[in-house]
Amino acid sequence: MTTAPARAGWRFRQPSVIPGFGLTLGFSLAYLTLIILIPLSGLVWRSAALGWTDFWAIVADRRTINALQISFGTAFAAAAINVVFGTLVAWVLVRYRFPGRRIVDAMVDLPFALPTAVAGIALTTLYAPNGWIGKLLMPLGIKVAYTPLGIVIALVFIGLPFVVRTVQPIMEEIDKEVEEAAATLGASRFQIITRILFPGLAPAIVTGFSLAFARGVGEYGSVIFIAGNLPFKSEIAPLLIVIRLEEYNYPAATAIAAIMLALSFLMLLVVNLVQSWSRKRYG
Amino acid sequence: MADPEIKSYEPHHESQSAAVTESRPVRAVLMAVAFAFLGVFLVLPLIVVFNEALAKGVGAYTEALASPDTRSAIRLTLLVAAISVPLNIVFGISAAWAIAKFEFKGKAFLTTLIDLPFSVSPVISGLVYVLLFGAQGLLGAWLKAHGIVILFAVPGIVLATVFVTFPFVARELIPLMQEQGNGDEEAALSLGANGWQTFWYVTLPNVKWGLLYGVLLCNARAMGEFGAVSVVSGHIRGLTNTMPLHVEILYNEYNAVGAFAVASLLAGLALVTLVLKTLLEMRYGAEIAATRGH
Repeated sequence: MTTAPARAGWRFRQPSVIPGFGLTLGFSLAYLTLIILIPLSGLVWRSAALGWTDFWAIVADRRTINALQISFGTAFAAAAINVVFGTLVAWVLVRYRFPGRRIVDAMVDLPFALPTAVAGIALTTLYAPNGWIGKLLMPLGIKVAYTPLGIVIALVFIGLPFVVRTVQPIMEEIDKEVEEAAATLGASRFQIITRILFPGLAPAIVTGFSLAFARGVGEYGSVIFIAGNLPFKSEIAPLLIVIRLEEYNYPAATAIAAIMLALSFLMLLVVNLVQSWSRKRYG
Repeated sequence: MADPEIKSYEPHHESQSAAVTESRPVRAVLMAVAFAFLGVFLVLPLIVVFNEALAKGVGAYTEALASPDTRSAIRLTLLVAAISVPLNIVFGISAAWAIAKFEFKGKAFLTTLIDLPFSVSPVISGLVYVLLFGAQGLLGAWLKAHGIVILFAVPGIVLATVFVTFPFVARELIPLMQEQGNGDEEAALSLGANGWQTFWYVTLPNVKWGLLYGVLLCNARAMGEFGAVSVVSGHIRGLTNTMPLHVEILYNEYNAVGAFAVASLLAGLALVTLVLKTLLEMRYGAEIAATRGH
């Protein structure tokens, strides 16, 4: 085991009697580097090797921009829908008592456990013009399968547990006494929800939204079946990467992947900033 | 350990004023909306899977599952999970030991890196290996010269699966071991146990349910992964087709019964995972730590 000689004021690790630091940290770092870091930096390296003009030509291509718009737009819409219904589901699970609550609670994790391809073909069958739900929507002139709306439906399915599981524990921690105090001071239920409950939940809701959004942007398996995959209309960015790979157009696949990664990280950064702002704002 | 059912009833008093809870009709409406939403988005897709699988009777269902291509897809999925899950278990335990038992510089950064695969699109997770090992890849020429096949073969599928399931075990164990502290291990060591004995007889029993929980989630994702595996597999029927990929092929051939028959197996796996997960949470909630969800 390697312990750096103790320099005044700075040491790599605090002394401990527990053995195995060098072995476990060494193995973990080696495994992380081999499996994750080297392959990911390969992607960065390959897109840097493209050069700015080539990179920009691929990214500014109308089909690429359309695919990115569809991916980010549908993921945003789905995450917004999930914020509303996910928060409601969490509220019902935390505040109300009803038979079978534990089963409903367990079901919320289904999208984590169900393989995305299975979700994809099941949702497509449901929302196809002759499917159980598609049949009902047809007379109303609403087409879901093979349109961007279908993508949103698939992403709502995928993202739901992210919102519920982020908001639920925070809701459970809310002290009822605060609500009671507000009530005795004459606040209406509406005031209590908007002025007391919501500010406390806002950071969790933002986190849930960003997790669902990030997952939705990259989602592939559940979307490609229901989307119809028409270029410029319902073609998502991950699918465009796969199409470029199948054409052996590695530079294009790499560039689209790099821009997706960059946008995702940028988004996470913005979300973190919003979150620290809301934490300051609402304490 | 407190029974979670009893605990969750505790803060509720029946004599609640209208300002502390919603009125009865409002409550009914909220619950109805929530159930309708869950019914449409979660329950119906699940019913559709089994309904379509059995649409032409049990005979057609078992026939679809007995086809050689389906069987080889099932075998490959089991093989890939059998390799990649243990790899991530070893990594998860090792990373959790280093991060939870010791204080060192850069710990937060390391924890962030471990979570990285969750924020990468599955397609990109596959793509990075294609860029590395593909014919035009960085190592492509070298691999070809040495006759090593990674892409469009089992090693590539395993690598992609390891990538996407990388964080599951580690992120379950790290908070749990941090919560438990070092007291037990220090006691064992002071009584003369060596490091390995301390891990095997003290730490592992302490975290076994949390570990099982992480393994359960890791396995579900390993067997169900689609995007990453799809990119590296090459879709060779009977050879590099995992179950989710086989679902896609059958579905695109308009073989609905076949596709949904294989899908029903995966849906069954998901249901078993959910049941076991719920049982673990109910029975050993405290020993899994406050890390529900992902």
